[in-house]
Amino acid sequence: MSAALLATATIPDAVTFALAAVICVVGALGVVLVRNPVHSALSLVMTLFGIAVLFVEQDAQFLAAVQVIVYTGAIVVLFLFVIMLLGVDRRERVLADTFRGQRVVAVVLGLMVLAEVVLLGHTRWTTGAHAAAGPLNGPGSNVAKLGRSIFTTYLVPFEVTSALLVVAIVGAVVLARRPGMRDGSAPPGAAEGLEEPVSPGAAGEGLDAADEDEDDKAVAR
Amino acid sequence: MSVNASWYLTLAALLFTIGAVGLLVRRNVLVMFMCIELMLNAANLTFVTFARALNDIGGQVAVFFVLVVAAAEVVVGLGIIVAIFRRKVGATADDAHVLKG
Repeated sequence: MSAALLATATIPDAVTFALAAVICVVGALGVVLVRNPVHSALSLVMTLFGIAVLFVEQDAQFLAAVQVIVYTGAIVVLFLFVIMLLGVDRRERVLADTFRGQRVVAVVLGLMVLAEVVLLGHTRWTTGAHAAAGPLNGPGSNVAKLGRSIFTTYLVPFEVTSALLVVAIVGAVVLARRPGMRDGSAPPGAAEGLEEPVSPGAAGEGLDAADEDEDDKAVAR
Repeated sequence: MSVNASWYLTLAALLFTIGAVGLLVRRNVLVMFMCIELMLNAANLTFVTFARALNDIGGQVAVFFVLVVAAAEVVVGLGIIVAIFRRKVGATADDAHVLKG
C-alpha cells in the first residue's frame, strides 16, 4: 500500500492523506456504531475535520474553511441542539433486530456498493469534454477562481440556491410553529392574561398533548 | 504532487458505504440523519478529487452547492423531527411508523 501511495506523492502528502483517511474512517464508524447520539455527533465532527484536511490537500482551501465553519460550526451544533432539546440521548440497542435479518442484508448490500464503487474508481472514468467552469490550476487564488466561476458561469444556480434557502427558512418556521397559533400571534389568552375556554369541538379535531401544553403555559402566564 | 486520485475515490467509497449501512442499520432518527450527512460528505470528497484530477474548478463549485442544499435539508429535516417528537415520545424511526394519526 505504501509503495502505491508513494508512486506519485511526496512523503508528507502520503502521510497526511493516510492520517486524515484513518481519522475519517474511525469517525464514520463511530457515527454508526456508538450508541449515544451525542457521541455520534462528535464522531461526525471528527470525520468532517478529516475531510477538511483532505480538501486542503487537494487545493480546495475555501471549501475546507467552509466545511469547518458550516458543517461542524452550524450543522452539527444544530444536531446537538435537537438532541438536547428533545432529550433523545437515550441509548439505543444497536444490535436488536426489528425485522429478521435486516442487519445482515444491510451489511451485504453495503459491501456490494463498496465493491462496485471501488471498481469504478480504479478504472478509466474520463469521458467527454471538460466543463466550461475554468481550470483549477493557474494564476490567482482558489477563492478568486471559485468566486469568479460562481458569479459568472453558475450565477443562475446560485440565485436559485438563495431561493431554496428562503424556502427552507419558511418551511422551518412553519414546522416549528405550534398548531394553535394560526395567525402567528401569541397564544390565546396570553396577551390579556385571560383564560380562554377550550371549546369541545376544537378539542376533538387534531388537538393533542402539544395544545394542552400550550394551554397550560397560557394559564401559567 | 498529491496522492493518486484512486486512493481518494476509494476512501470516499468507504465513507459512503459506512453511511449507507448506518442508514439501514440504525433506528434513531437523528443518527440516520447524521449518516445522510456522511454520504453527502463522501460525495463532496469525490467532487473535489475529480476537480483536481481533471483540473476543473466545476467540481468545487458543485461542492459549494451541495453544502447549501445540505444546510437547507438539515434545517427542514430537523424541523420535521422536532414536530414529530413533540407529539410522540419515541426516539426511533419505528415509533413514527404511523404518520397520519
